[in-house]
Amino acid sequence: MAQEATTIDSVVSAYESDSSSLIQVLLDIQRRNRWLPKETLKEVSEKLDVPLTQVYHVSTFYKAFSLVPKGRHSLCVCLGTACQVRGAPRLLDKVVDAAGVKPGATSPDMRISLDTVNCLGCCALGPVMTVDGEYYSNPSTKEIQDILAACK
Amino acid sequence: MPTLRSAADLEKLRKDILAKRDPNRPCVTICSGTGCHAYGCDKVSDAFEKEIQKQGLKDKVDIRRTGCHGFCERGTLVVIFPQETCYLKVKPEDVPEIVSKTLMEGKVVERLLYTDADGRKIVHEGDIPFYKHQSRIVFGNNRLIDPKRIEDYIALGGYSAAAKTLLKMKPEQVLAEVKKANLRGRGGGGFPAGRKWEATRNAPGSPKYVVVNADEGDPGAYMDRSLLEGNPHSVLEGLLIGAYAIGSHEGYVYVRQEYPLAVENLSIALEQARALGLLGKDILGSGFDFDVKVHRGAGAFVSGEETALLTALEGRVGESRPKYVFPAVRGLWGKPTNINNVETWATVPLIINRGADWFTGIGTAGSKGTKIFSLVGKVNNTGLVEVPMGMKLRQVVFDVGGGIPKGKRFKAVQTGGPSGGVLPESLLDLPVDFDELTGVGSMMGSGGMIVMDEDNCMVDIARYFLNFLAGESCGKCVPCREGIYQMLKILNRICDGKGSESDLELLQEIAEVVRDSSLCALGGTAPNPVLSTLRYFRDEYEAHIKEKRCPSGVCKALISYYIDPVKCQACMICLKNCPVEAISGGKNLVHVIDQEKCTKCGGCLEVCPPKFGAVVKLSGVKVPEPVPRGTEVSRVHA
Ligand SMILES: Cc1cc2nc3c(=O)[nH]c(=O)nc-3n(C[C@H](O)[C@H](O)[C@H](O)COP(=O)(O)O)c2cc1C
Ligand code: FES
Ligand code: FES
Repeated sequence: MAQEATTIDSVVSAYESDSSSLIQVLLDIQRRNRWLPKETLKEVSEKLDVPLTQVYHVSTFYKAFSLVPKGRHSLCVCLGTACQVRGAPRLLDKVVDAAGVKPGATSPDMRISLDTVNCLGCCALGPVMTVDGEYYSNPSTKEIQDILAACK
Repeated sequence: MPTLRSAADLEKLRKDILAKRDPNRPCVTICSGTGCHAYGCDKVSDAFEKEIQKQGLKDKVDIRRTGCHGFCERGTLVVIFPQETCYLKVKPEDVPEIVSKTLMEGKVVERLLYTDADGRKIVHEGDIPFYKHQSRIVFGNNRLIDPKRIEDYIALGGYSAAAKTLLKMKPEQVLAEVKKANLRGRGGGGFPAGRKWEATRNAPGSPKYVVVNADEGDPGAYMDRSLLEGNPHSVLEGLLIGAYAIGSHEGYVYVRQEYPLAVENLSIALEQARALGLLGKDILGSGFDFDVKVHRGAGAFVSGEETALLTALEGRVGESRPKYVFPAVRGLWGKPTNINNVETWATVPLIINRGADWFTGIGTAGSKGTKIFSLVGKVNNTGLVEVPMGMKLRQVVFDVGGGIPKGKRFKAVQTGGPSGGVLPESLLDLPVDFDELTGVGSMMGSGGMIVMDEDNCMVDIARYFLNFLAGESCGKCVPCREGIYQMLKILNRICDGKGSESDLELLQEIAEVVRDSSLCALGGTAPNPVLSTLRYFRDEYEAHIKEKRCPSGVCKALISYYIDPVKCQACMICLKNCPVEAISGGKNLVHVIDQEKCTKCGGCLEVCPPKFGAVVKLSGVKVPEPVPRGTEVSRVHA
């Protein structure tokens, strides 16, 4: 906990405790911690002098924030239009099948989280997915299984 | 580098940079845009560094990592200057050969060149048909610039437009020039930038703000990101010029946090510009002060709408505000604010340098200059393309885009993102033009252009966009929140084969209400995908409703997979691949799909060897009775 408090302190002070930097502060904490625990939100609310309701409003509105812990490995299937017309729904089905996790969810053993995004900027590879930042263009069921097996 | 105090300082710096460069010295340019990144361009770069070192060329060859060149389909792209030899799909394994053949011996590696339809090899980047039909005035410099080095931008004459503006022009003259150029906003609405700038300048109150909209929420579009990643200074220079014309000393760039490379390159660009005195106090000795902050957006489509974006800049949830007072009058913190799209800002320095007359010489009567599109979907040359306004959609899709892959038939092209429309083949001769596109029920939008072929179902596409919009509506106003949801429910019903004929009228009616009564343009344009598909592809809706048939074989509830017993060779491939064990049969036994168990994933169709072609997709017809279990292949074939 002490560790976490210093992180919040350093992030908040980087923005000079300016209340308009709420989203920036939350983004930084989200990036370091990969999710936003309740205590963190409370602390941010106090340190930035922003009502807790507003902190919740912001952290539930945007897709970038997670209020639940994320798995060790992050799977991301692109559902942008370019990928959609090239069969992204089929890819998503295959990943859901193989991983046993629904979009937006994390496996109970905290091994993987599955999310969807709206364009990864590499539409030429579509339909495309990323696993911990590595790109895979239209992987087959077998390839997906192998990728998942490598996620310990 | 010392701080620049005048236009002469800037010019001297440019000359110094050029003097240090030998135009004949080879330079290996490696595209490091997001697309090529996905292909592993980092490994290619590393391989070049190693190989150049190994072959003793370290002091004779430069390496430059640039932003996206545009032809993402064929990444990783490598262009070797000064010859401009363009290699496509370069892998780390290819690098030793490129270094020894091209750099050492001056020869070309044929197999990595572009091959045209007639089998001819094309050496120079600019001669590749994909590029030849474009006019890359805004995006074209990406290939010449390492975005992390301001020298590269200055070497090309960067910031000379800013110097000219700040030191030689009055703000009113700048406004007049931009107005004369009739530069229309590239972010969606196409509103004349000059008029907006003027309104902000004339609005009472200070300070005034200028903002770059780099939210790019359009799913499947990545041109703003690539411009910001590849040539951040062009955007900053435009912003600086606008700030001067408007009388603003504070700027913001609102960029989504999902674009880490854009945030990084932009932040580096800001630092370098500040270090040279191109941002900060008394820029170039003009007495004008201006600086820029970066604000990362947390990802929500509505945040790209300008009033929502401004709310987010204030640290609150990005919901739209009613626009009876424009941001030009009351924007950020209630002060006059001018917001423009990335591409709009990046076009400004060109207009200042080359003049409004040059700019208006490109394009159509109402739409001047060029537009960058993210040409994606079912098209051979996926990539970022910049074409003059007025080019026909057909030319964009077929000449630049190289047509539809796998010999399929073109069905539609979608422009304008989720707020845009789906246009059929009969409108392919429409010119790319703000007003023409709006006239047929679509819009220019920020530049998404998605090509669809015969395998894409138009009802499903409408549903896709509405599903996206239902999730992105901020929920503040009822017509948008509820209307989109109701339209989505109807579309789901139709795709599930449960639609009735009255649904089409109802859809039309709801669409019109949502369009006319929503708070912001998200709701105002949300019905476009529905209205345009209803208008141009009504027959597909009717097939779903009346015949329970999905003509493109997409809607799962309306299709069945069937194994033709006469063609089945009992190879066991589909049987082993079926995730739900719905396929029975065995060695020498005809395979049969249990329609009750089948989840219609299509896996069997994907794996059935093309030479057999036994698995077929049926829609709107009854699935034939299966052959009795245990039927031997030889019996059916005989
Ligand atoms: C729902 C919605 C989303 C938008 N998203 C963007 C966007 O991602 N990028 C953008 O530049 N403009 C976007 N716009 C348009 C902006 O509201 C605004 O018109 C634009 O940034 C003005 O710049 P321009 O005049 O240079 O186009 C969006 C509008 C709406 C209604
Ligand atoms: S739509 Fe999937 S990468 Fe662009
Ligand atoms: S990212 Fe390399 S060509 Fe687009």
